[in-house]
Amino acid sequence: MKDTHLKIVKRAVKEVEDGMNVNLGIGIPTLVANEIPTDFNILLQSENGLLGIGAYPLEGMEDPDLINAGKETVTAVPGASFFDSAESFAMIRGGHIDLAILGGMEVSEQGDLANWMIPGKMVKGMGGAMDLVNGAKKVIVLMEHVNKHGESKIKKECTLPLTGKQVVQRLITDLAVFDFTPNGMLLIEIQEGVSMEEVKTKTEASFTVSPELVSTR
Amino acid sequence: MQRGNYMKKSKVMNSFVEAVSDIEDGSTLIVGGFGLSGIPEFSIQALKEKGTKDLTVVSNNCGVDDWGLGLLLANRQIKKMISSYVGENKTFEQQFLSGELEVELVPQGTLAERIRAGGAGIPGFYTATGMGTPIAEGKETKDFDGKTYLLERGIVGDFALVKAWKADTLGNLVFRKTARNFNPLAAMAGKITIAEVEEIVEPGELDPDEIHLPGIYVQRLLLGTDYQKRIEKLTVVKA
Repeated sequence: MKDTHLKIVKRAVKEVEDGMNVNLGIGIPTLVANEIPTDFNILLQSENGLLGIGAYPLEGMEDPDLINAGKETVTAVPGASFFDSAESFAMIRGGHIDLAILGGMEVSEQGDLANWMIPGKMVKGMGGAMDLVNGAKKVIVLMEHVNKHGESKIKKECTLPLTGKQVVQRLITDLAVFDFTPNGMLLIEIQEGVSMEEVKTKTEASFTVSPELVSTR
Repeated sequence: MQRGNYMKKSKVMNSFVEAVSDIEDGSTLIVGGFGLSGIPEFSIQALKEKGTKDLTVVSNNCGVDDWGLGLLLANRQIKKMISSYVGENKTFEQQFLSGELEVELVPQGTLAERIRAGGAGIPGFYTATGMGTPIAEGKETKDFDGKTYLLERGIVGDFALVKAWKADTLGNLVFRKTARNFNPLAAMAGKITIAEVEEIVEPGELDPDEIHLPGIYVQRLLLGTDYQKRIEKLTVVKA
């Protein structure tokens, strides 16, 4: 795992509480699953119709009828259930998923999320992301703070087509953690070894600093 | 009044060629499956052989280049795709960028509900999904309890192609694991639903409590053998 991803994943797993029903998006969010404490009673939801995703199967035990939303072969934990796609999204839109952790391309200071389309490039589709951001009780986005050209992915306004408007509650990057409040974007944590100067330089969006600012450990 | 051993006629057909023979050019098809899991392999291949053109296909994905709905795409039989995610297919990209293929991207939950609604006789419904995004452009909205929702339409297909695990001869279906996905919904929304399965038993052999989809939604039933069930992303742990 990339070092930046590891930092994000280690911080993100703290958002998962015992007893939650959680949906993890494709990409960095999927990696969070491996870090969840084994004594937690968690059910991971997969949009294609599984509540209770288990580990990857042992070699030779894979089942083409049992995959996750990323089309990877998986297993089901004891207590898991299978259902159709309408039921799966009833669960999502009806507010029964406690936490959705999604990847992002851009997040704005209002908590808008863009993560499904780059105009002019190939359009792959939004999958279940638009449903998740409007239905889950809590929406957390994980992404690298800057893109490969060093430009901030945390914008005043998203430049890419939106997945949802004012839908992100918390953003976790390799540099910092922000909350989205009625008073705007709030810096609540800085990753260990990162300076306030660096966070400010690499964040296009305006934010205020929480009086309870801590260093992520 | 008791009906005794009243039993409906078997829906079993023996030929996939015959089952798809009346699917005409320009038809709208609703096709079950998620990725390559739970796809109606034999109906798709029969349709490829038949060569039906100008199809509008409603399906969560569009297969891969050489399998699933990707076969119909490569054969230039599809005019329009209505899907939530189409990222696994290069043919798709080429035809989309060249303007040959029309595409309507729909959020996955909205797609599932549009198909379910269509099958349930519900012409439209409201959802928050897509509000404030390009999906909302040109759509009616309505406020409920201080929040704004989009009007989305139900979808009905001329035909539905679905895959289940087991069936009885009346078309009662049982699905297996995550191969269920869009299949039961698709079956509901087809004016004529063609279901293919891995095992067909006599009525009464399935416990009515285990039936996932009542046979009322299925018009044609076929037995497939030696399913390929290709895996898109093999992820395993070494023993």
